[in-house]
Amino acid sequence: MKFILPLILVAATVALMAVALVGPGHARGTVGIAGGSAVGGLTPKADTPEQALANLLDDVQRRNWDRAFSLVSKTSSADEQSFIQDWIGSNGGLRAFSSLEGFDPRPLHITDNDAQMRVRLHWTTPVGPMEDVRDFHLVREGDLWKAVWPKIQATTVPAQVIPVTYLRWDLVSGSAEDEWGSKNIDAPHVRIISMNAVDSAEGAVVMGEVVNEDTIPAFVNVNATLVDGPGSVIDDESSFDKIAHILLPKEVTPYRIDFPNLSLKKVKNVRMDVKAALVPASADPVIGVMNQKVDSDVQGKSVLHGDLFNESGQTVNIPHVIASFYDNNGKVVWVSDGYVDRALLPQSSEPFAVEIPRALAATVHNFHVMVNQYSLGRS
Amino acid sequence: MRCRFRMCGAMSLIGAWAFAACLVAVSSAQEIKVPASVTAGDESVISTTGSGSATFYLVGPGVSRKSEVSLGQEIPLRAQDLRNAGSYMAIVCSGTCQSTGFYVSATKPASLAFLVHPSRVPVGQSDAVSGVAFPFDQFRNLVLAPQTINFQLTAGNSALLSREVRSQDGVAWFRTTSGKSAGLMQVNAALEGITAKRAVQQVASDPCNLRITGQRVATGIVVQTEPVHDCAGNPVPDGTIVTFTATEASGKNTVDAPIKKGIARAQMAASGAVLVSAASGVVIGNDVRIEAQR
Repeated sequence: MKFILPLILVAATVALMAVALVGPGHARGTVGIAGGSAVGGLTPKADTPEQALANLLDDVQRRNWDRAFSLVSKTSSADEQSFIQDWIGSNGGLRAFSSLEGFDPRPLHITDNDAQMRVRLHWTTPVGPMEDVRDFHLVREGDLWKAVWPKIQATTVPAQVIPVTYLRWDLVSGSAEDEWGSKNIDAPHVRIISMNAVDSAEGAVVMGEVVNEDTIPAFVNVNATLVDGPGSVIDDESSFDKIAHILLPKEVTPYRIDFPNLSLKKVKNVRMDVKAALVPASADPVIGVMNQKVDSDVQGKSVLHGDLFNESGQTVNIPHVIASFYDNNGKVVWVSDGYVDRALLPQSSEPFAVEIPRALAATVHNFHVMVNQYSLGRS
Repeated sequence: MRCRFRMCGAMSLIGAWAFAACLVAVSSAQEIKVPASVTAGDESVISTTGSGSATFYLVGPGVSRKSEVSLGQEIPLRAQDLRNAGSYMAIVCSGTCQSTGFYVSATKPASLAFLVHPSRVPVGQSDAVSGVAFPFDQFRNLVLAPQTINFQLTAGNSALLSREVRSQDGVAWFRTTSGKSAGLMQVNAALEGITAKRAVQQVASDPCNLRITGQRVATGIVVQTEPVHDCAGNPVPDGTIVTFTATEASGKNTVDAPIKKGIARAQMAASGAVLVSAASGVVIGNDVRIEAQR
């Protein structure tokens, strides 16, 4: 009699463990994570393209690289190392600091032996959540489906010496003992050259462009304050990362300030405030923006895409693209930004794309792209 | 109506003035005589009448002193007690209290505090440079007596301004137009052998007549500016950004190139007919058409 309760508890525990391992519900809670398990023999059989892709991405998400690569077709040209690098990035790029949070697969075309799937990948990154759309090709091998993985041509830079002779501005600060008034250096002169406030689906947006009119670099930040009819402050926000903070002399940057869940109907006035401080800076690296074109992407969205070309001799770990879009009167109608998830190696290029809201796509007449950059080991 | 020192001693310096006013109204037992003018850092004396011992108080900016004195004798004031310019109060108490005030003025100027604004200025801007000078004595007292301060502005070997200004209430200032040439402007303020030097960097204004040329190369096109100057002919500083935009049938290329040795240069991939334009800040340059290799 005294063994009945322990036996019941043991049996219940074993039953619950079994349900947890084979049941479809585990690891859910994030978009697109399909059923599966890291425990050998309990992963659902990849007898459909959807299941094969789900198993693959599930293992990628868990960073179970050997198992993930076992779901790649032998006909693929990629080896396991390049497969892994494709997912985890390299050279300190944004992908190296990102995790696959979830995925939304969608079949594009399926036959008996061949399938084309489109997946929306959800990443968590240090600069916020990011989405990536990727097409997968799967083939049937026996009674299993496997992904065909193309070999990604890793960017390689030949050994070379690149002379860098661009300017660098250093800042010498006065000490406390200095005579009063002898070490004053004025803050750089910066000016807002355009401003536009619009309502968007997410809320009110204030955007425009700022120019550094001075002959020295400036650290710039733009703040906007929304004021209602009686003169009370509704909200104030800063441009945060939607601006290139360090501006070289005569450089122009777009800025965008978002006021989520706010409508301009209540706003009577917008107070703008641009702050500039003197900072050390370098004119290097120079990043060219090549082949810029407004086009439609695979999802039918209007995007500005192109290639970033690093003309310098140092790696740019996280390139950040900020684009301002103008109507035919030259007025800024939208500012978009996007991070490139792969590092930009010296003398090499990486593609980028930033989205244009569907409602504004028809009014965009011209655009200006600015590249901001973050490099490890440099402020 | 007699005031008690135990109570008054707890008063603050400001309160002491009110207290002294109270004393003046009630005391008549002895008289004190202060010097007509005292200069900061000089010794001085206060004369008293009467006889017997008394307590002497000196209250002034940055000083509060108490000592026992004999009435009818002079009370010496030490130089170190009179370093700060301003109003002082001397109080003598023997049964009743008697007080009187005197003023310590700054001694001759020993230094100049000189502020010049801005530290950088584009050339040829009217009323763009200003300077203000404050004479101080050796004890850091502002010298309120009028002083003649000579402001001199020089750029290279040429004098831009020489002006003598009489200070008012311890302040003298000037305002002037920036020079025509980029470079360092020396700004001096001089007063009786004391000189304060400051420097203002005169910088080129916005680029003027921004002109570009280009040619095709095997990998695309190379475009560069002619030497970039402002409208007064000053070279625009190196590091200034020039944005090159190349528009072709397949899209648009842009490069933000910094000026180096007076010229900004960029290489861009292109094929076919390309229209290249340049801009620096809000200044736009000319367009050039280049036929790149197809």
